[in-house]
Amino acid sequence: MTDSNVQPATDPRIRPYTINFGPQHPAAHGVLRLVLEMDGEIVERADPHIGLLHRGTEKLIEHKTYMQAVPYFDRLDYVSPMCEEHAFALAVEKLLGITAPPRAQYIRVLFAELTRVLNHLLNLTTFGLDVGAITPALWGFEEREKLMEFHERASGARLHANYFRPGGVAFDLPAGLADDIWEYTESFPKFVSELETLLTENRIFKQRTVDIGIVDRDTALAYGFTGPMLRASGVAWDLRKAQPYDVYDQMEFEIPVGLTGDCWARYLVRMEEMKQSVKIMRQCLSRLPDGPVKVDDRKVSPPPRAEMKRSMEALIHHFKLYTEGYHVPAGETYTVVETPKGEFGVFLVSDGTNKPYRCHIRATGIPHLAATDMMTRGHMLADAVAIVGSLDVVFGEIDR
Amino acid sequence: MAELLDLFWAIPTGLRLTLEIVLTVLALLGCFAYVTYAERKVLGAIQLRQGPIMVGPFGLLQPIADGVKLLSKETIIPAGANRVLFVLAPMVMLTLALIAWAVIPFDAGAVFANINVGVLYLFAVSSLGVYGVIMAGWSSNSKYAFLGAMRSAAQMVSYEVSMGLVIVTQLLIVGSLNLTEIVEHRSPVWLWILQLPMLVIFFISALAETNRAPFDLPEGESELVGGFNTEYSSMTFALFFIAEYLNMILMSAITTVLFLGGYLPPFGLMIAPLTWIPGILWFALKVAFLLFVFIWVRGTVPRYRYDQLMRLGWKIFLPFSLIWVLVIAGTLMATGMLPVRS
Repeated sequence: MTDSNVQPATDPRIRPYTINFGPQHPAAHGVLRLVLEMDGEIVERADPHIGLLHRGTEKLIEHKTYMQAVPYFDRLDYVSPMCEEHAFALAVEKLLGITAPPRAQYIRVLFAELTRVLNHLLNLTTFGLDVGAITPALWGFEEREKLMEFHERASGARLHANYFRPGGVAFDLPAGLADDIWEYTESFPKFVSELETLLTENRIFKQRTVDIGIVDRDTALAYGFTGPMLRASGVAWDLRKAQPYDVYDQMEFEIPVGLTGDCWARYLVRMEEMKQSVKIMRQCLSRLPDGPVKVDDRKVSPPPRAEMKRSMEALIHHFKLYTEGYHVPAGETYTVVETPKGEFGVFLVSDGTNKPYRCHIRATGIPHLAATDMMTRGHMLADAVAIVGSLDVVFGEIDR
Repeated sequence: MAELLDLFWAIPTGLRLTLEIVLTVLALLGCFAYVTYAERKVLGAIQLRQGPIMVGPFGLLQPIADGVKLLSKETIIPAGANRVLFVLAPMVMLTLALIAWAVIPFDAGAVFANINVGVLYLFAVSSLGVYGVIMAGWSSNSKYAFLGAMRSAAQMVSYEVSMGLVIVTQLLIVGSLNLTEIVEHRSPVWLWILQLPMLVIFFISALAETNRAPFDLPEGESELVGGFNTEYSSMTFALFFIAEYLNMILMSAITTVLFLGGYLPPFGLMIAPLTWIPGILWFALKVAFLLFVFIWVRGTVPRYRYDQLMRLGWKIFLPFSLIWVLVIAGTLMATGMLPVRS
């Protein structure tokens, strides 16, 4: 059934049956084009083709000021926008030598975890859809809608938030939002347990996911897996614990680790991470300090609007910030954060001007996608769909 | 009303039968339309959404709007397709889905062909359905459609075997292949309970036979886009669609006739208030309940993989139903209830 040593046909008259899985296919995530060479229902080779969503983000960022670059990060992994912003904000802060005030750090961690729930909800439920369960997807979207409302109330945008800025966050939380998020974290576990009744112990779901696409510990490390993909293979590596940023070092949470490295383990790890994220969100909310939400440095963070009406200096600062932007001291940094999909890194080189000299983005999905061939080989077509679903790839960041 | 009926019976037999058939087909198409509506509403309720609400009151005119939409689309025949077979396949599917109804007893005496081999006829017709699928998949000259058709053919054939064995147990009990006699047959309660596992197997096989979730591999959209009907559009697609739903209704009707007492009140309760309700209504209610289960299953479970489906069919259902045939036959022998034709 899952023979991984499928020999290629040696007779030149026998050609494998090639199937073009995507880019216009209901189950290809985004614009993935997977060329599958099949022997009947068995996948002999899977060849992922990328680049259909390439927008030249890195080059575009080099031609924008640091502040203008933030929205591009929303559009990389559009399923977890705020976590990507987080990496860029931290990178610029490191070069500038500033740290965000405590309230901003708590808000950033709060929303980074909210985004993690947002991302995992989409992945888990569409994974269910990939193996044929249609109901979880609709339930998940209902919950995502509530979470996106929190996004909207904080930043004004449901998806492309542009909320985390170098030096803090764009605005303080509006009145009542913290209470509403707290209320949501109370009702969320009930939703998760309902979702689990549909999937976790469902016999068909287990038949479709257990022992499918097994990646052992060493292979996962060799392929450069990060995030839930790595943790599902039994490596307890989480950047939030390994090199904490913002206030993660003050948070109490556990890193779920999978034992088997198959699709089911990846599913379980993500499920547990959602619960841990909610735990972190509650800690952030209960400890949320008062104070400013961006650094008190008018050379980096824009002045409040009221002040601009009264102060000439503030007006000049505003004008300078929104035209020229701020200059960042020469230097380079590779800053990583743990996004829901894994290690997301920004390699930023500054030459002392107002624009980055180079901005390289380490997409989380590329190593995972590169393993598609290794993971699907010898499995059936339906398993290939399940495996791609469990990779949690988003082409916004892979193609950049 | 009585005069109208007299008038109806006064029509020459041939013409009357034609009229009856046309009316039945129209009624079935109406049922099809509202089964799709019910499916969308029930799935909507399961998935915390509303389903169709915009066209007509409660969205009741949605099926008609869908029909008009499909009719007004262009029929596209792919360049590499075998044109004759491509157009023929949906016709075969729909015809087969309709002719099976000839032997279903809607009510006492309300059956077109009260033939003695009704069960065999149904079995033959439903087996032929696989030809339509294979023709569609092969003639489309598309890889998805071809794989879908291969899966579908294998699946329909596999599950018919255990379905056949389930029917055998019924025949052992009733001693007739005539569907009306099967409905009218009264067996003791313990025998009915003994048949329950067979009812479950029959219903699950019916899910597989009609390519419904969790056995909707032939059109498993996450793998094969649309399966054997990927390349179809407009009315050719609509015919497949109608055929699929008519087969669903048909399978529910067969289950009703074989196990749930057809047009008789439930559990054989021939007591006053229940017998006032006309038989056809009981029949419709039982079919509607089974259709609801069809939709309920679709909203709840994931899809099987191809090999798992085969394993379930050949390694679990087939041996189990074989053993159960022996159990029931043995029980009948032991209790001396085996029907003997004189």
